[in-house]
Amino acid sequence: MTTTINPSLPDRAAVSPPRDSVARRGSVFLYRHAKVRLGLLLSAPLFWLGLVYIAALIALLITALWTVDSFTGDIIIEWSFDNIMTVLTGAVYQAVTLRTLGAALLVTVIDVVVALPIAFFMAKVASTRAQRWLLIAILTPLWASYLVKAYAWRSVLSEGGVLDSALAPFGGSTPGYGFEGTVITLAYLWLPFVILPIYTALDRVPNSLLEASSDLGATTGTTFRHIVFPMITPGIIAGSIFSFSLTLGDYISVKIVGGATQMLGTLVYANVGTANNLPLAAAIALIPITIIFVYLAAVRRTGALDNL
Amino acid sequence: MSSTPAIRLTGLTKSFGAVTAVDQVNLDVAEGEFFSMLGPSGSGKTTVLRMIAGFEQPTSGTVELFGNDVTAAAPFDRDVNTVFQDYALFPHMTVLENVAYGLRVRGMNKADRTARATEALEMVRLAKYGDRKPTQLSGGQRQRVALARAIVVQPKVLLLDEPLGALDLKLREQMQVELKEIQRKLGITFIFVTHDQEEALTLSDRIAVFNDGGIVQLGTAEEVYRAPNSEFVANFVGTSNVFSAEQSAALFAGTSACSIRPEKIVLAPAGSTAAHDISIPGVVAETIFLGASTRVVVDLEGGKRVSALEPNDDEAGIAHTRGDSVVVGFNRSSLVTLH
Repeated sequence: MTTTINPSLPDRAAVSPPRDSVARRGSVFLYRHAKVRLGLLLSAPLFWLGLVYIAALIALLITALWTVDSFTGDIIIEWSFDNIMTVLTGAVYQAVTLRTLGAALLVTVIDVVVALPIAFFMAKVASTRAQRWLLIAILTPLWASYLVKAYAWRSVLSEGGVLDSALAPFGGSTPGYGFEGTVITLAYLWLPFVILPIYTALDRVPNSLLEASSDLGATTGTTFRHIVFPMITPGIIAGSIFSFSLTLGDYISVKIVGGATQMLGTLVYANVGTANNLPLAAAIALIPITIIFVYLAAVRRTGALDNL
Repeated sequence: MSSTPAIRLTGLTKSFGAVTAVDQVNLDVAEGEFFSMLGPSGSGKTTVLRMIAGFEQPTSGTVELFGNDVTAAAPFDRDVNTVFQDYALFPHMTVLENVAYGLRVRGMNKADRTARATEALEMVRLAKYGDRKPTQLSGGQRQRVALARAIVVQPKVLLLDEPLGALDLKLREQMQVELKEIQRKLGITFIFVTHDQEEALTLSDRIAVFNDGGIVQLGTAEEVYRAPNSEFVANFVGTSNVFSAEQSAALFAGTSACSIRPEKIVLAPAGSTAAHDISIPGVVAETIFLGASTRVVVDLEGGKRVSALEPNDDEAGIAHTRGDSVVVGFNRSSLVTLH
């Protein structure tokens, strides 16, 4: 018997084995040593996460426990819970915390309500072409500077501005600079961050499930309640984490369109700057962090994070 | 038959832009019939099914269910249910909740719908799996859940869109038997879409063979197999040796294009006396062992290539090998004239 596989094929030069090189030997080494591979892969991100990210948070906590010499303005490294007690018991801080929490919830609700139909249209109704254009339309504002967008809203909200003249025929007027203006502006700024995860979640719901539901007798509304909504809940929660936490920490928009409105962010800003009380600012900054932790823990219990 | 057909399609047409997917389909399906729509992908069979279910609106033509025009009705207002190709089970619900869904949206109370759903799951032998999520089931089990979910709401017509396409051969054969049994038990009309001709032949009372958006042949399984009316059907339903008008004239003085099934062809050693109406010498080009039979490909004199199916039950069977000279024999009565 001959060993030739196909005698009818003409003779050709044999395929030579790959040539030896340093890169090749390195690859072979890494292929055989899984732990080295893992170490190389994880060391940089772990360094970043551990030292830069978590250490900064711990530094914040430690700073909150220091005090400031009211006379010289120097930081005194002396452990006390005074700042944290001030923040927890002071009427001003409680009011500002509630206002900020209210703004975060309002912005989140507005964004989810606006994002749902847009995301649904993009994922389930629009043609592939329209879908792409809509995606671009939603992503483009993210390239524009945050400051420019906030100032744009300042002009929109101004007296005699676009909103004012648009509402005038209906007897309305601009809410002006204040809490409402801040909520509207922040809802605008974070909308793309809410649309995208909901759109992704909807995109992953096969059309056949919607057809099956309607085939089994469910009207469109029932299908949305029983099939679509439960399946996109993780997407809605992911979006809400963005709008909620970004609102909790924001101070620039509040400064630009908030008028005299105080939020946690502006309090931190004032204490770091004018008041020169870094420890108190750190103590205030712990409030949104605590709220977010509670929020994430609550979300985790619903199991929504598992499918994120 | 004088009774109203379960489904009547009249001049059903569907265009997607410039493409006509379904072109002027007219069809009556009787109550209690196991009806198959057979055709290659893109032949329009699934689009017809989706128009019956209400997922697609026809460009023109009507769909009637038991005499009622439902062309404009929404899917949830039609007494038909679908078993989807990808099963379309709701991933966030348990198997039992999936099956009970149709009853739930109809407002049936929990105790009743659980009882009915359990009954339906028993019918497909999955009563024990009610608490599982669809992802924890095998393909065959998911298939049966989809079936239970569709029949629990007692539709008058069940539409099945290539339901067995994703299953392996053994499971598919087993499911074919189960489907047939369930259909007989329920006595409702099944409309079964498939591209698998064997499946269609096995299951159906009648078959509509689709090609290029229209029905090219309609008949019982036996009619379609024994008397294909065109080269397309002859080749698509089973395998056939098709002779063009010129070839049949040259080889056996035939008058028109015709076809013959491989199992009707008998091979004899070269030089043996003719036992058939037609004997043509040829050379064996290839033999393919298929288990119960062997497919022998023979190059006839003049270049035409035919394939014969020889049963392997003969103990003293003549094993043909490549290059053997043989005589290809068949009777004129076995030839089917094509139009």
